[in-house]
Amino acid sequence: MDIFLQQLINGLVLGSIYALIALGYTMVYGILELINFAHGEVTMMGAMVCLAIMQALLVGAGAPPGVALALGLAGAIVVCMALGFTIERVAYRPLRRAPRLAALITAIGVSIVLQNVAMLVWGKRYISFPPVIELARYDIAGAHITNLQIAIVALAVLLMAALLLLVHRTRLGRAMRATAQSPDLAALMGINPNAIVSVTFVIGAALAAVAGVMVSAYYGIAHYYMGFLLGLKAFTAAVLGGIGNIAGAVLGGLLLGVIESLGAGYIGDLTFGFLGSHYQDVFAFFVLILVLVFRPSGLLGERVGERA
Amino acid sequence: MIERWQEWKHDRRAAWVAYIALALLLAAAPFLTDAALGRSWVRILDFALLYIMLALGLNIVVGYAGLLDLGYIAFYAVGAYVYALLASPQFGIHWPIWIVLPLGAGVAAVFGVLLGAPTLRLRGDYLAIVTLGFGEIIRIFLTNLNAPFNLTNGPQGINLIDPVRIGGLGLNETHTFLGLAFPSTHAYYYLFLVLAAAIVFVCIRLQDSRIGRAWIAIREDEVAAAATGIHTRNVKLLAFAMGATFGGVSGGLFAGFQGFVSPESFNLFESIIVLCMIVLGGMGNIPGVILGAILLTTVPEALRYLGVLQQALFGRVFVDPNDLRMLVFGLALVLIMIFRPAGLLPSVRRRREFAPDQAVLAQEQASLYDSQR
Repeated sequence: MDIFLQQLINGLVLGSIYALIALGYTMVYGILELINFAHGEVTMMGAMVCLAIMQALLVGAGAPPGVALALGLAGAIVVCMALGFTIERVAYRPLRRAPRLAALITAIGVSIVLQNVAMLVWGKRYISFPPVIELARYDIAGAHITNLQIAIVALAVLLMAALLLLVHRTRLGRAMRATAQSPDLAALMGINPNAIVSVTFVIGAALAAVAGVMVSAYYGIAHYYMGFLLGLKAFTAAVLGGIGNIAGAVLGGLLLGVIESLGAGYIGDLTFGFLGSHYQDVFAFFVLILVLVFRPSGLLGERVGERA
Repeated sequence: MIERWQEWKHDRRAAWVAYIALALLLAAAPFLTDAALGRSWVRILDFALLYIMLALGLNIVVGYAGLLDLGYIAFYAVGAYVYALLASPQFGIHWPIWIVLPLGAGVAAVFGVLLGAPTLRLRGDYLAIVTLGFGEIIRIFLTNLNAPFNLTNGPQGINLIDPVRIGGLGLNETHTFLGLAFPSTHAYYYLFLVLAAAIVFVCIRLQDSRIGRAWIAIREDEVAAAATGIHTRNVKLLAFAMGATFGGVSGGLFAGFQGFVSPESFNLFESIIVLCMIVLGGMGNIPGVILGAILLTTVPEALRYLGVLQQALFGRVFVDPNDLRMLVFGLALVLIMIFRPAGLLPSVRRRREFAPDQAVLAQEQASLYDSQR
């Protein structure tokens, strides 16, 4: 039973990180119907920038660990926001009226560019997360949980709650929802759809930056290639929950994290030792396919009517 | 200029001259390339032909039937592994290409239907993520099927695959015909050229056939297509199977040519690159797809010369060209799509959608304003 609980805890931590990234995918998709393939790379940039700032502060200025972490996180958020804004302006806005696959290809192009810029700046090696967090372990019913894990989940929940408030309780949020329904009609109501799209990208990028820092702190490393798989998982989570749906992204992220870690723990028993834990990703994708076969628009996605 | 070209295009004799010139150029290409750029570029040419076959297969699924497939490389992998398992020391089986290649194509087609069947109800991006997941599942299985029994030899891949042998001649050796030496790369070039030409021919014939028109109808509007009596389920499955078959054939050829396969050759990035080829070249248009495949195979290779360029411009190499070339490649993808969103050589139908005939447009606007006055 303790293994089950342990995997559940690990899964929830991983899942809340996935959920933060998935929110960025789903918000952009809700408004533009565009898979922002570069979003995983924005996450990676967040981790890299944070690490670079922290390294500079710790080694260069001898700053206390807490300050370095806070400034690193803040710096990562600012840089990623600027990045998100620029990507939308340069690569996606000119293609607003073009076929959707064209925008998908520019998104792939942007993600290749970001990956290689990161590689040129920070090199190909794994960068380790400086020891700014003193780890403490607590025992709950035979399972371990660290203060870092608690902090990750708490911060993720806080950010998601803030986002939900923003989208459902503020003027800006109402404008975002209106633009998602129909950009043209929103424009008639005095909303500037371009500004809303920019805001959406910026918010998504900020969440991605936080998620990137969380991942690198959790695993203790960052790498120029880490954004690819993270983005893929988060996108899978967004689709699982029903892409374009904010609550769906959160649900999908948590579910994917839990499925993955439970799958990794139990897949051997389930298949009588035939498949080992390397099949963890197969398990995640298999569940995704199964869900989509029975609910073709995701768990919480609206049933999209046939296009007239 | 354009009128003269139009006239020229409809002149039968001129068309024949052009075709013969093209055929001669294609026949001489490996020797010309060898002389001008070296043997390694003939190899790149071989790969360009493989990618043309692959891209034309994906074009059936994405370009004609409009089903966004992000796991297409899985069929390439299936074809390659069927060849590798049945013509290598892995199990000590050494079957000839005449059996292995059709078998690989057939197995790939079965996988195509396996993928297609559960995804019939999915649309657009949901389909994209499921196909992507399917591609990853195949890759992960190939990586891990070395236990409990060793099927695929795991991440090390399968080595020492038999080269293609045709009529007792191994294509891995240099043969001399009529005083001309044909090294291995050249021999494979002609084999790939013949098969690529066959696939181009099949695609051209498919495009305007009953099936081809059914695919295009489904792409444009599935409901309307079903209403006009198209059996959408079967036609969509056929698109998956047909695309997968071409993928399987090129995968088998890849295994024979390379002599080595490993799961790493079949990652998601490969699927994405093949998709880029068809979107960049011009989706649904055969010359466009061919152009896209050639560009995306040769340009990254040509960008290796960036080091030489830096040396010439600044007198020293600032950035390792290997690190720089993918950066330039990504930028090129973005720029081409921004300036030519329908691709470099769009099909006639897409060109019309993007730039409706200017004369007609002006006339419509004129009449609209006239009636208002």
